[in-house]
Amino acid sequence: MIVTARDILGRRGRAAAASATYLYFLVVLALPIGWLFLEAFGFGPGTLLAKIGSPEALHAFRLTGLVTAIAVVVNAVFGTALAIVLVRHRFPGRALANALVDVPFAVSAVVAGLMMVLLYGPDGVLGAFLDSSGVRVLFALPGIVLATLFVTFPFVVREVAPVLRQAGTEAEEAARTLGARPMTILFRITLPTIRWALGYGVLLTAARSLGEFGAVLLVSGNILGRTQTAPLYVYQAYTDFDLAAAYAVSIVLIAVALAMVVVLEIWKLRRRRIERVRV
Amino acid sequence: MRIEVRNLCKAFSGVAVVRDVSFAVAEGQLVALLGPSGGGKSTILRIVSGLEDPDSGEVWLGGSRVDRVPARERGVGFVFQHYALFPHMTVRENIGFGLRVRKHDPAAVAARAEEMIRLVGLHGLGERYPHELSGGQRQRVALARALCPAPKVLLLDEPFGAVDAKIRGELRAWLRKLHDEVGVTSVFVTHDQEEALEIADRVVIVHDGRVEQDGSPEEIWRAPANAFVAEFVGAGNRFAGQVRQGKIDLGFLSVPAPEGVAEGENLVLLCRPTEVFVDAGPALPDAPRIARIAFLGTTMKVEVEIPGRDAVVAEIPPSALRDKNLAVGMPVRLCLSAYQAFGRDSLATQPATSVTPVGTWFMDGGGI
Amino acid sequence: MVTDASGPGAGAGPRRLPFGLLDSPRLHRPALRSLGLGYLIVLVVLPTAALGYSSLADGPGAFWRHVTRPEALAALRLTFGMALLAALLSAVLGTVAAFAITRLRIPGRALLEALVDLPIAIPTAVGGLMIFAFWGPHGPARGPLDALGIEVLYAKPAILLALLFVCFPFTIRAVQPLVEGIDLAQEEAAATLGASRPQTMRWIVWPSIAPGVAAGSMLSFARALGEFGTVAIVAGNLPMKTQMASVYVYAEVESGRPRSAAAVSLVLVAASVILILASDRYVRRAGGGRRRAAGGGR
Repeated sequence: MIVTARDILGRRGRAAAASATYLYFLVVLALPIGWLFLEAFGFGPGTLLAKIGSPEALHAFRLTGLVTAIAVVVNAVFGTALAIVLVRHRFPGRALANALVDVPFAVSAVVAGLMMVLLYGPDGVLGAFLDSSGVRVLFALPGIVLATLFVTFPFVVREVAPVLRQAGTEAEEAARTLGARPMTILFRITLPTIRWALGYGVLLTAARSLGEFGAVLLVSGNILGRTQTAPLYVYQAYTDFDLAAAYAVSIVLIAVALAMVVVLEIWKLRRRRIERVRV
Repeated sequence: MRIEVRNLCKAFSGVAVVRDVSFAVAEGQLVALLGPSGGGKSTILRIVSGLEDPDSGEVWLGGSRVDRVPARERGVGFVFQHYALFPHMTVRENIGFGLRVRKHDPAAVAARAEEMIRLVGLHGLGERYPHELSGGQRQRVALARALCPAPKVLLLDEPFGAVDAKIRGELRAWLRKLHDEVGVTSVFVTHDQEEALEIADRVVIVHDGRVEQDGSPEEIWRAPANAFVAEFVGAGNRFAGQVRQGKIDLGFLSVPAPEGVAEGENLVLLCRPTEVFVDAGPALPDAPRIARIAFLGTTMKVEVEIPGRDAVVAEIPPSALRDKNLAVGMPVRLCLSAYQAFGRDSLATQPATSVTPVGTWFMDGGGI
Repeated sequence: MVTDASGPGAGAGPRRLPFGLLDSPRLHRPALRSLGLGYLIVLVVLPTAALGYSSLADGPGAFWRHVTRPEALAALRLTFGMALLAALLSAVLGTVAAFAITRLRIPGRALLEALVDLPIAIPTAVGGLMIFAFWGPHGPARGPLDALGIEVLYAKPAILLALLFVCFPFTIRAVQPLVEGIDLAQEEAAATLGASRPQTMRWIVWPSIAPGVAAGSMLSFARALGEFGTVAIVAGNLPMKTQMASVYVYAEVESGRPRSAAAVSLVLVAASVILILASDRYVRRAGGGRRRAAGGGR
């Protein structure tokens, strides 16, 4: 059997590439995850359930869920609006606005938190103003939400904008010549066009919101039972040497992450198929 | 260099694509592998080049057997259907690639590449990138690249498949001229019978993984080896008939039977539209009538409906149409000036390769 | 779309949704724009401006002093060094993995494919805890590592593992589409022209995937520069030794020195912005240079 030209690596190269790949996945991903589960189950199911069901942990899960829900809704609405504006509107400073969208990608989570502290903290411009009008941002839910919104800002915009650009305006113009109103066009033409990209952006937003740690740590004050999200709870438990609690909440978060990844993967395949058909 | 393949077989995941194919190409010839898409032609070509290895069978180049020699050592030039030019290399780098990887002296590579650029008529385009070229120009680069290392044989996979119809004609004539200049033994794959018949020295018809016929363009045209070849090279009309008293009775028409057919035998007749003549006929109730007339350019396509049968297609010169005052709806007489007759049973039950024509008939008239 | 000018037939249009007010063409366009841009300003522009202002408010001298504090310098040096190492490693391994997953029919390909994005979805604190679990005092590697005298946890190896974890998807995801997009006929053409496997790799395959490798490693580098959650758990965070810049920023904020934190943050943000802009250019070039992946019929 001669080796065909498509086999660029050769037998030895293939074996080497395959082993390197397996090793990479094992050392960086699979073994640590697997071991964490082993350690967690070492505490026994009773302990784990008790830790997951403790009032502090439950509150942390609830808070994380609430923040994620808010981030998803706000990003879906405003992110789509911004994507439409960036793709379809012409205005001075559009290129700058476009570049600014990516800034949160470049900013460390801690720095994002710091930005919120600087802006909404007692010495910050907005912070002083809001404080005087009785609105508490830092060390409260609004701060956590703002920090999360900041780190998840680009996802929806960056997923939706290319699809909008590629779809062009033909269908919408056609609808307009048929007498459809702007809002009808938005709901009947534009949104159906971007729904797969929007869904993907929303899933990414949710994944990031669930796990956001650094930014939230800085702005929340990490107050047990009040402003502590699930990842913060893991960190707190770890620093308190309550490993059982840390592992217990971690396996819940990993399970959610796995579910998210599976959904993302399915979504991606579906979307690719649908968008390919459309193009 | 002479190419010979013997008893090639190849299956992809259990599906036989090439079945016991043998043929030879004489030194310096330009041979076409012609057949419908998916018939295994490209696979045969890829096996000859070494891009695919056969399940069984042999490939000979000159005096040596090469079917176990990897493509990179086989010394064949291959032109891909979609060019497969290297997008990040200039035309010159693309063409010189084959020599460069063999560690030739850079000056010699440059000189040879320049020679090739001139040969294919791309002067001044050496520094362009493939995406800056038209389809026809890309095709020329692909050809120059394949020829540059002076291959033993040149293999072309649907060389004109990706260029538009207008340029295809030009490229075709140009390829024939280039072949005569360079003289390298060449095989090209095509599904376009016109293309194959026009420029090939010999045509090998491949269908369903088998060789159906192997002959000169004229032989293929004049004497198709079987019904498949006849239909593939343009016999568009198909009639069922029976031998009666030395003639073939088609129901609406009797035509002379070839020698050696038995009385009562069932036959199939294949007839090209250009061999069907149409003339005004008596207005009988079941007479053939003209259903449609379409303008094809140099000829007119006339579709004649015969009650209870498939329509017959004829191609006649516009002048004939005018002279005979033919119009849609008119009753007509038909006659077949040439046709091939094939045994009907064998056609239906046996693979096409084993169906030999019962006879071929050329004549000036015939009719009701 | 929601552009203006409803034609004369607008009133007789199809069934209308209950957004009468927003249908007014003079209203919806500015409304949409202020919605989108306002969101951008409140969430991105203001915080970024606050950071820029705070880091430079006391003048360039103060900025310089903040950044050149020995602890700050040590943290920045460690961060850039580890991030570079992690980016290079994940560039090499990620490229190999992308190639193996897309081109080779290795067993478990679908599973690996699904696992690639996991580090995006796993909270970084949990990622750190995973590394702690495996390499830490109760981990399986503890015995042999102790015997060899290798410190992993609370030392540079743990930092590297943490960064490799968070950078995991970037190179793989940047390279994969390029590997998929390679026209196999090009490799076949190279073979018929006599190129050996390494030559084909070097001259044909590498130029096609190089932009993805570059973009992926730059994104990895940018991500690694700012990583906090995993590092906070596994790095030990000893000032001057194992304290990464992000942890330093956090510590400065907690010690009530937000200006000092802002100065170091500005360095990190500037580096990341440059990297991301550069990688964007590579991605675009890779997209533009991508060729149709059509093979010939057989």
